[in-house]
Amino acid sequence: MTAVLGKDLVGLEYLSPDQIRLILDTAEPFKEVSERPIKKVPALRGKTIVNLFFEASTRTRISFEFAEKRLSADTVNVAASGSAVQKGETLVDTAKNLEAMRIDMVVIRHPSSGAAQFLGDRIRSNVVSAGDGKHEHPTQALLDLLTIRDTHGRIAGLKVCLVGDILHSRVARSNIWGLLKLGAEVGVCGPATLMPRGIEELGVCRFRRIEEAIEWADVLNVLRLQLERMERGFIPSLREYYRVFGVTQERLERAPRQLTIMHPGPMNRGVEIDSRVADGSHSVILAQVTNGVAVRMAALYLLAGGRPELADAAKGPAGGANE
Amino acid sequence: MRPLLLQGGRVIDPSRSLDQTMDVLIQDGKIAAVGTGLGSPDGADVRDVRGKVVAPGLLDVHVHLREPGNEDVETIASGTRAAAAGGFTAVCAMPNTDPVTDNQAAVGFIVRQAARAGLTRVYPIGAISVGQKGEQLSEFGEMVGAGAVAVSDDGKPVASSHMMRTALEYAQTFGIPVADHCEEPTLAAGGVMHEGLVATRLGLKGIPAAAEEIMVGRDILLAELTGGHVHLCHMSTRGSVELIRRAKERGVRVTAEVTPHHLTLTDLACEGYDTQAKMNPPLREAADVAALRAALKDGVIDCIASDHAPHAYDAKEAAFDDAPFGVAGLETAFGVAWTELVEGGVLTAAELIARMSTAPAAALRLPGGSLKPGAPADVVVLDVTARWTVDPVTFFSKSRNTPFAGRTLTGRAALTVVGGTVVHPGEGPSAA
Repeated sequence: MTAVLGKDLVGLEYLSPDQIRLILDTAEPFKEVSERPIKKVPALRGKTIVNLFFEASTRTRISFEFAEKRLSADTVNVAASGSAVQKGETLVDTAKNLEAMRIDMVVIRHPSSGAAQFLGDRIRSNVVSAGDGKHEHPTQALLDLLTIRDTHGRIAGLKVCLVGDILHSRVARSNIWGLLKLGAEVGVCGPATLMPRGIEELGVCRFRRIEEAIEWADVLNVLRLQLERMERGFIPSLREYYRVFGVTQERLERAPRQLTIMHPGPMNRGVEIDSRVADGSHSVILAQVTNGVAVRMAALYLLAGGRPELADAAKGPAGGANE
Repeated sequence: MRPLLLQGGRVIDPSRSLDQTMDVLIQDGKIAAVGTGLGSPDGADVRDVRGKVVAPGLLDVHVHLREPGNEDVETIASGTRAAAAGGFTAVCAMPNTDPVTDNQAAVGFIVRQAARAGLTRVYPIGAISVGQKGEQLSEFGEMVGAGAVAVSDDGKPVASSHMMRTALEYAQTFGIPVADHCEEPTLAAGGVMHEGLVATRLGLKGIPAAAEEIMVGRDILLAELTGGHVHLCHMSTRGSVELIRRAKERGVRVTAEVTPHHLTLTDLACEGYDTQAKMNPPLREAADVAALRAALKDGVIDCIASDHAPHAYDAKEAAFDDAPFGVAGLETAFGVAWTELVEGGVLTAAELIARMSTAPAAALRLPGGSLKPGAPADVVVLDVTARWTVDPVTFFSKSRNTPFAGRTLTGRAALTVVGGTVVHPGEGPSAA
């Protein structure tokens, strides 16, 4: 059965606004599953999913695994270290071997941009990107969109600014596509050394100073600053980064309106974000994590051929438990 | 050796500004006569080439033949067979072999392997530095004695300006050019495609145009300082074109080449992470392509070179970051150039022939590039009406990596003659 999303989910650039809305809408009924005492529905019973992680990940990998298990799929986790990959096997060979075991889906995280699409083009199973290099992290952006919609009741017309290392961020690219497609205004703010060439041509406005971004935005999505950026010479020190670009309580207090604060995690407190802001009443950082499971359930369900209008029914009793 | 009479072709010889219908007679490995109504000597092999172009054999000053060291991917025999199929009668082999071609024995090996293959001529280029490490000069004199025609650390930039200066000075003793792969290593580090909007969207690390232009500028200044001859490999940016233009205006000894792919493709070819479009220097922007074409027409860039860079059939089956750079270009160079540049109205037929034969010979001071009676009979007959679709499986090269697969091109070699011997078509899997 052809799924409404196509075979693979490798980036929001390649989805229509309607497809993005469909995933968000499908996530709504799945949210409730995680609130049950018995967190399991039969939607993907009998499906086999491999989580293929070539890069370290805690949050995303666990979130996918919960999503899969709560949909009753059978899951296997493969990490690059300790696997055949470390013994020199190519990505294609790894994938083809997995497929030879007759799997249904692969969730892949890989350090090379385009790796998810590369895999999707070469195997019959559905491929879901859990982040590829500096390209996209589509389910992260979907959970960000869902969280913004939950908080503000809408996405269109909101001003959302991504703050930090845009150059190396797959979260930023996916958010830019998703937000623009759903009608938000998108800003980017960070040191010029961490800003990719031609970013404005994607239709975003660029702020050189964090104060200007805070004055403009309704929502700040604060990106993680990878500590190795300092070693590579993109910024002089973490101390100065915090001083110039840190999202601090004092800066937010001068904003003309209350800003919603988001962060894809893991946070460096005192580097890109002030602890008081991360823990403050307008932080939705943990809501993002909760929504991550629902959004991934929705994406997996739709990719597997689940019909959106039946998402509610798909929640039906599993193992006899019903409320 | 039977005499060979090519009858009734459109003879284009840029070395003598010739472009008219004539016969070409080849005898004893040399051009015996060029004229109308030539009689055929006894036993001559007479070919009717009406409607086709007869030209000096094409000459490619920049190829990687991978032997010694990577014979699974290409050998001197397979590479020169590919060259013959592409209409080339001579190629210059870059020294980034394994081991590096950085001494007279290594140069001699290439000369012998080329003689054994007996197809196109191979002019070895020796390494500038031992092991291409950029630390110690190779023995230019001994390498020239063994047959090297230039020096280059191609594949790697010459990072040290002092090394480049020394090479330009020392090379003058032997009258050879120093060919440079212009890439400022700290700016290009980790880059896999042109730095611009496409790279931003794809999340791939870019190589800015400045990485090339800084080195072009440096090399020009050092050529000016030393009086040496610098040959700039595979130019890719409009900024480089401007630097070369100004250098030539003030008389600096600089020559330059450009590849068919840089003349015809942009970074948009990398869309979808197509690793066939991964090459170094990377494909740039439309404005760069336009500037390169104009520079080729007016001679600021001297010649077309393929930068034939074969790779194993599965090497490009990888994520973009992990795939190797390079295009196997010998068998598509003329077709791409004729289709895009001549049929595209950029160059006349005679200009294209010049940029692929007479001009590269002049740039590297090599024999060839002329149909003058008495010259070695390195001749190509080009069928410039043949329409064909690029199918890498039919390549004579051992490699298949090309961004032009599936493209329909006009123009290909119908007959390639080296020293009076027909080397293409000949024995082979898919003789044309």
